[in-house]
Amino acid sequence: MKPSIKNPNWNVLGLLPAHVIMLLTLIIPIGIIVVVSFSTRGPYGGFEYVFTSAPYKQLLFNQGWTGELEFNPQYLIVVARTLVLSAVTTSICLLLSFPVAYFIALQRPTVKVLLIYLVTLPFWVSMIVRVYSWIIILGKDGVIEKTLRGLGLVDQMDSLLFGNTAMLVGLVYSYIPLMILPIFASIEKLDHALIEASHDLYGNRLTTLRRVILPLIRPGMIAGAILVFVPSLGAVLEPTLLGGGKTMMMGNLIQLQFGGARNWPLGAAIAIVLMAAVMVFLVFQGLRSIRTEGLERAS
Amino acid sequence: MSTRDDVRRYPGFGPFSVIFFAYLYLPIAVVVFYSFNANRIVSNWGGFSLHWYTTALSNANLLTAVKTSLLVAAVATVASTLVALMAALVLVRGRNVRFRRISETVVNLPLLLPEIVVAVAVLILFSEVGLANGMAKLMIAHTTFCIPFAFLPIRARLQGMDLDLEEAARDLYATGWVAFRRVTLPLILPGVFAGAMLAFVISMDDFITSNLLNSGGATTLPVYIFSLIKQGVSPQLNAISTLIMVVSVVLATAAFLLQRRQ
Repeated sequence: MKPSIKNPNWNVLGLLPAHVIMLLTLIIPIGIIVVVSFSTRGPYGGFEYVFTSAPYKQLLFNQGWTGELEFNPQYLIVVARTLVLSAVTTSICLLLSFPVAYFIALQRPTVKVLLIYLVTLPFWVSMIVRVYSWIIILGKDGVIEKTLRGLGLVDQMDSLLFGNTAMLVGLVYSYIPLMILPIFASIEKLDHALIEASHDLYGNRLTTLRRVILPLIRPGMIAGAILVFVPSLGAVLEPTLLGGGKTMMMGNLIQLQFGGARNWPLGAAIAIVLMAAVMVFLVFQGLRSIRTEGLERAS
Repeated sequence: MSTRDDVRRYPGFGPFSVIFFAYLYLPIAVVVFYSFNANRIVSNWGGFSLHWYTTALSNANLLTAVKTSLLVAAVATVASTLVALMAALVLVRGRNVRFRRISETVVNLPLLLPEIVVAVAVLILFSEVGLANGMAKLMIAHTTFCIPFAFLPIRARLQGMDLDLEEAARDLYATGWVAFRRVTLPLILPGVFAGAMLAFVISMDDFITSNLLNSGGATTLPVYIFSLIKQGVSPQLNAISTLIMVVSVVLATAAFLLQRRQ
């Protein structure tokens, strides 16, 4: 039957609003970001449609007074720091999450539900409040410094704030519930008979952990890693509030270029690099899961 | 078998979890504790006081920011939930939907991109279109990134629903609309509620996009709090944070209990 006014195509109509919104507010604008990243900075910020690759060159080089290019690693360092901190955040979250998720999974149903509620609760609390709370703890005259001084362990110490460690603490704190939940879900699905079978076959706890439990919950760990790694790459609040001005990540560098510095083409170029990093990671993970699925089906 | 000999248990995981939960709640406890500090300097305890709560609640800028946030979140919640509900109905229930996978990816697009990229995208869009109204900008941007958060719980609920019920209604000569209104909608309502609540919380919490669009003159609550943090740690800030946490915990608990009742 041909769709007519009397008989509208509900499939198309139902999806139309979502698609129109995404097209107008995301897909087309991302195309514009690409255009802006190849444009010239306007005299009062913004950009002009004069095409150049200068913004990308600026990521690597400084232009001297006479026009010669000299290598300038400052933006490259930000990119590297972002990748490293996100990877370390993901690893720490993985390490911390497994014992906790495993412990929760072994509890009685009522306790289990309560503990999962406690894991998710901080997530409902405003992100900015959660990041801010670390300023009180890590800052000059903060909780940690006061405690250490009270115990007589130090009498003068550098602020723990404004460094890579502070950012790392904030990032782990912000995103760890996203790691615990998928790992918990895959431990829940684990067949306990397999663990007992491993023990019956004289596998000790460590062997069982390594050869039975960890391989079986890998999908949950990978899901958690994506959920933590991707937002860490684009983090803005943690580097701004805990990292200070000198130790930036890509997220707040972009924010700075579009805000205070008003260098839109450079900001757009960094945004493209960030988006590319996320896409590479997602495609890589996607390919891996397809390959393992294929292997499982073949075997 | 005693718990000690239970082969599934690992020694040390229990204490480790206790420390972990302490780490999870220590920052929250610190903020709440110092919000009752009478002293102007946060880390010097000067006795118990509710002074900073009265200061916060009579802070006109704060109240304006709360109003802005609530208004934006209300519009974004209603719009994104409606759009997400329509999309979910088609993607889960529709027959012969073409490009289902691609459509689903498009609906979830804001989740796949770092938020700062989404924020930059809408910022450039509004500057190109020439939209200057701060509130309108925020409402449009928030609706966009709230759609997947509203979509996911609704989709989950639809997938868990028994298709036969709707077909039974159709067999009993209910029109499509009546079957939807009388059978499907009541059944998926908890999912719609959960989706709307999530969208609301995500919108209220948003800092990255709202801050980048802030030049339009509409300051949301997180952006206002950010400006306070920039001025330094203060007991008033702790009181505001505590109030926000109380509201968040009430909302989260309500969502939790609602889900438990299903």
